[in-house]
Amino acid sequence: MPDILSVGIDIGTSTTQLVFSRITMENTTGYFTVPRISIVDKEVIYKSTVHITPLVTPVLIDGEAIRDIVAEEFRLAGFTPADVDTGAVIITGESARKENASAVLDKLSGFAGEFVVSTAGPDLESIIAGKGSGAFQYSLDNGCRAVNLDIGGGTTNIVLFDNGDTVSKGCLDIGGRLIRLKSDLTVERVSPAAQAVADHVGVTLTPGQRTTLDDLTRITDKMADLLAQAMFLKPQEPLLWKIQTPESSWLELDNRRIDRICFSGGVADCITRNSLDPVPYGDIGILLGRSIAKGLLMASIPSIQGVETIRATVVGAGTYTTSISGSTITYANELFPMKSVPALKLDLPEQARCFAGDHGFLADKIRWFLEQSSSDLLILALPGEGDPSYPQLKALARCLAKGMDAGLPAGAPVLVVLEQDIAKALGILLEEELQGRRKVACIDGIKVEQGDYIDLGRPVMGGLVIPVVVKTLLFG
Amino acid sequence: MNQVNPELIAAIVTEIVKQLESTGSVRLPGSSSPDFAVPAPAKEWEDITSPECKAIPLIENPEDPEALQRMMKRTTARIGVGRAGSRLKTQTMLALRADHAQARDAVFADVNPKVLEEAGLFTVQTMCEDKNTYVTRPDLGRQLSPEAVQTLREKCVTNPDVQIYAADGLSSTAIEANLNKILPVITESLTRMGLKVGTPFYLRFGRVGSQEHVAETLGAKVVCTLIGERPGLATAESMSAYISYNAYVGMPESKRTVVSNIHKNGTAAVEAGAYVAEVIAKILEQKASGVDLVK
Repeated sequence: MPDILSVGIDIGTSTTQLVFSRITMENTTGYFTVPRISIVDKEVIYKSTVHITPLVTPVLIDGEAIRDIVAEEFRLAGFTPADVDTGAVIITGESARKENASAVLDKLSGFAGEFVVSTAGPDLESIIAGKGSGAFQYSLDNGCRAVNLDIGGGTTNIVLFDNGDTVSKGCLDIGGRLIRLKSDLTVERVSPAAQAVADHVGVTLTPGQRTTLDDLTRITDKMADLLAQAMFLKPQEPLLWKIQTPESSWLELDNRRIDRICFSGGVADCITRNSLDPVPYGDIGILLGRSIAKGLLMASIPSIQGVETIRATVVGAGTYTTSISGSTITYANELFPMKSVPALKLDLPEQARCFAGDHGFLADKIRWFLEQSSSDLLILALPGEGDPSYPQLKALARCLAKGMDAGLPAGAPVLVVLEQDIAKALGILLEEELQGRRKVACIDGIKVEQGDYIDLGRPVMGGLVIPVVVKTLLFG
Repeated sequence: MNQVNPELIAAIVTEIVKQLESTGSVRLPGSSSPDFAVPAPAKEWEDITSPECKAIPLIENPEDPEALQRMMKRTTARIGVGRAGSRLKTQTMLALRADHAQARDAVFADVNPKVLEEAGLFTVQTMCEDKNTYVTRPDLGRQLSPEAVQTLREKCVTNPDVQIYAADGLSSTAIEANLNKILPVITESLTRMGLKVGTPFYLRFGRVGSQEHVAETLGAKVVCTLIGERPGLATAESMSAYISYNAYVGMPESKRTVVSNIHKNGTAAVEAGAYVAEVIAKILEQKASGVDLVK
């Protein structure tokens, strides 16, 4: 069976990891219908050891050292960068806000295969971690609402799945490494979020001075309490808003029950496992785990054991970020791979204007979007129409061709992505309308939201489908 | 008896209908209260065969209503319908019979001539005289009538690369729903590839096996039959494209390539058309169809 090799690299606040997974595809329809290629299996075939993220200073990631780690893990796994078809590098937690994140990605780009994408953003990380931990699959298998809390060094990424659908996500600056300590409890570093919590409970932490387990526990108890507030188990305090991770969504929960809670991330292991040494890692991870174990969260919602804990994000990144296009699509061969193409999404009324032939509006919208996103390229995302008539489809193709031709800079390809399965028919008409003036790619089976960025890989399965990664945020 | 003036009757009927439509009642001259009134409908009549109606579970007090909805979304099978004693509920029973009636209609109806006109197709017929013969005599549904052979020779381009035609098969409804969406897509795509596309037509009372006769009559390299599939209780609109390279009478079935499940809930007709054109190009390139074709 045809498969592609995917790499996931997670550079977190405290740890750096890498996994290789094999993504198997198959034509899931019979011989007698239009083919439909689906991902039928995802298997993690190599997991790296958990490395401590190398830092030059407390805020600066050591890109050279990261590259050495990745290179060594490739060697141990027996793969070369050329073997890799797709994947994701994710810089999570506090690290993502560090200035040199994109420089680190540059260092990795040559190493981690041609089609490896850099993805970030706390919301997407929440979803990825929830998929990697197994909470997603659990909610799908059991038809229930399962929440995943990925508690790492710097952040807690929260996502709620209902029967496999992502209902809500969010992220808080709560993590095991927000306070760094020496083994004699001398405070080394306190993050702003930890400082806010300490202030709230009336604990003074001064770098270079010793603190007590009691004081630290008061802080971690409050952190566990804030997590319970985030889950609406008790009234929310203003402090909760202060520690919301920038650029993350506010977790919205309706009043319905949550069936299961799942923990991942490094602190997840500290909830279930008891350590005699309260600060074995020079941080508050163990204490936070203990606070959660005896707190309201565990008492209120039945918990499930995740299939991955500390590796949830990296496994999610390696196996769940890549999807594939529909199997009847149109594209000019030499276009791919393409990385980080911003998506301009048209809603249904706007799409209706295109069906009606309003190409002037489309051209204006395209120009505006390109200016806003300071890009010279975009992919137009449309819901599409389930069963259009031929004249309807032609009208749409004519309008898209005219509008995009007028709105795009010279030489830019016409890229269209649809939800409904009509891309082959539409693409052929687009090619005809454009008469070779621009290259065309028209794909379907992909749902895109406003503000997404898209990576398009080289065609696989005999050219029937292309791997697609939809990302929500890039580094600014 | 006096001769009744038909014009007067027509005028009266027109007036009554007008009054009924505008006010819902009819008032006779000189009468103060309405003499006839249409009872206001209690509510809009629901179409119990509609997808919206079928999506509503009929089970009373389900243990997990959401799970039931999810299960029902995943299948067109009639689940979640509850029961009355050991039997189906009236609504389920009626929906079942209505769906069955639609399926029968799809088989026995003729394709609306307007659809064929829009597609620009002329009609020829197989050896079958009527639907009953068609249903009972599969052999006759494959052979072209002598008139059909003559008409085809007169009206059609001979020795085309690709001959496309439509046939009612077992669902005229499928042809009506899909023909005008798929035919121009295939024809234009093939023409753009520089292929010689034959003159399309409609074959009444036609089965898949008619394509061998058509291929031999017109000398087509590839013949593509757009035909209505036997309707089930889920849809009566499913169409297939059967495609053969160098078809001849007596050819094994394994030499046919088929693209099935073309309807609004399967593969959309326009998209299927684009795919069929690509398959035809591949067939011409490989000079093979059916199991001999490497997809």
